[in-house]
Amino acid sequence: MLYSKTVMDHFTNPRNVGCIENADGVGEVGNVKCGDIMKIYLVIEDNIIKDVKFETFGCGSAIAASSISTEMIMGKTVEEALALSNKEVVEALGGLPAPKIHCSVLAEEAIKAAIKDYYDKNGIEYDKALFPDCANCDHCDHH
Amino acid sequence: MRVYADNAATTRMSDVAIKAMLPYMSEVYGNPSSLHSVGQEAKEHLDEARKIMAENLGCEPFEIIFTSGGSEADNQAIVSAAAIGARKNKKHIISTAFEHHAVLHTLKKLERQGYEIELLDVHENGMVTAEQVKDAIREDTCLVTIMYANNEIGSVMPIEEIGAVCKEKGVLFHTDAVQAAGHIKINVKEQNIDMLSLSAHKFHGPKGIGALYVRRGIMLTNIIEGGAQERGKRAGTENIPAIMGMAAAFADACSKIDEHTEKVQKMRDRLIEGLSGVPHSVLNGDKEHRLAGNVHFCFEGIEGEALLLLLDMHGVCASSGSACTSGSLDPSHVLMAIGRPHDIAHGSLRLSLSAENTEEEIDHILTVVPKVVEQLRNMSPVWRDLQEGRREYVIQ
Repeated sequence: MLYSKTVMDHFTNPRNVGCIENADGVGEVGNVKCGDIMKIYLVIEDNIIKDVKFETFGCGSAIAASSISTEMIMGKTVEEALALSNKEVVEALGGLPAPKIHCSVLAEEAIKAAIKDYYDKNGIEYDKALFPDCANCDHCDHH
Repeated sequence: MRVYADNAATTRMSDVAIKAMLPYMSEVYGNPSSLHSVGQEAKEHLDEARKIMAENLGCEPFEIIFTSGGSEADNQAIVSAAAIGARKNKKHIISTAFEHHAVLHTLKKLERQGYEIELLDVHENGMVTAEQVKDAIREDTCLVTIMYANNEIGSVMPIEEIGAVCKEKGVLFHTDAVQAAGHIKINVKEQNIDMLSLSAHKFHGPKGIGALYVRRGIMLTNIIEGGAQERGKRAGTENIPAIMGMAAAFADACSKIDEHTEKVQKMRDRLIEGLSGVPHSVLNGDKEHRLAGNVHFCFEGIEGEALLLLLDMHGVCASSGSACTSGSLDPSHVLMAIGRPHDIAHGSLRLSLSAENTEEEIDHILTVVPKVVEQLRNMSPVWRDLQEGRREYVIQ
């Protein structure tokens, strides 16, 4: 499997790795069964993403997708971060092999899950349909 | 430093094999089926290669069929035994859950054609016993097919005992010996093996060539139809250069089994000892009944593809049974068969050595692997959960 230079760069030198204690929003998606778990930590001030960190259990492209998506939302508004699509992540990575596209989906969903957690913690109203529902989704079981 | 530790995938061709092949690309180029002197000269050499293969397997030359490799040999052996069985209304086949896909997928196809396939459970240590085979054999069993040594976890099956059980019960016994041939002493007669598959590139021979040993009197079914080559059982002009290379590599490997085993096993045991020191890691496959060059570990909290990529960047070429390396979401069927849960099956690493590896290379692997495992664990949420007690370790 051939990865782009950008994927290899983000995989070997991942940006924003780590965890944030008392983060404003934390999102975790995926499961060990399918071999990918992504966790995103957000610090949000005045609706702006002040800091973001990630932890990923997964293959090279999963680590690269998490790394680049943290860069893509750093300093952005919550709404802008919510609008990040997996397609943009794939483009930013210079493409992903077809079987690895789901890694970019996980990155998008991990960010959404972290923002949802932020909304829940702060009693902010939101449209539930905009967010992934990992507890009731069997995507990972049907590949 | 670049260390090639993926010899179970393929090996570098030996100088002996390359040298043996060269004349058959220019000087001796005839078609063995031709009646003229150029063809007949090639035929003589083909016969010689067949004799060498037979001598090193303990059988007669006419019991050797040259094939395109291990997969074709497995396919033909199984399909042939199934056809023999069907003629006697015997359609029960015994195998194991951790065979190579060349065997498993052929069995799947037969299942769709009405055969009953029974896959024996594999013990946690990667072993299947002769007793299990004995208990599973029925009146209508037409074939037992069990691999000699597992390609992932390296466990070596009690082939002679299984052969004895099959002989006693009058059931055909095939073994996929792709990982064993050239590495372990084989004598098909003494071990009561009816059919055996092997592949040249696993013992420093060329790719695209293999052989099927089939005991006299067992009727083969053709997979490839056409001319009358290989006693009419495998059509297509013989790949003489590759066959000569395989015979030379096989004779060479078989003559050095003791010497190579001693050398490789020592390096293997150093790796096993060293990598056992990585916290929450486990060796897969039996420690004693094990291929001399196989090291196979699961490391908790990380994923195998990422591990392979990083190892490669540090100059170590290895292999993994993780889902991400297979293109599916399921990790290796071998690790599933020995009962490893998904959590840790994704974090597997196979290092397979040959006599060409050196002690310095082992030092390098022992420095790099623990470092890379730690690097990946440091960015793994699963590892954090394990460390902070939110998840229970599978490997203590």
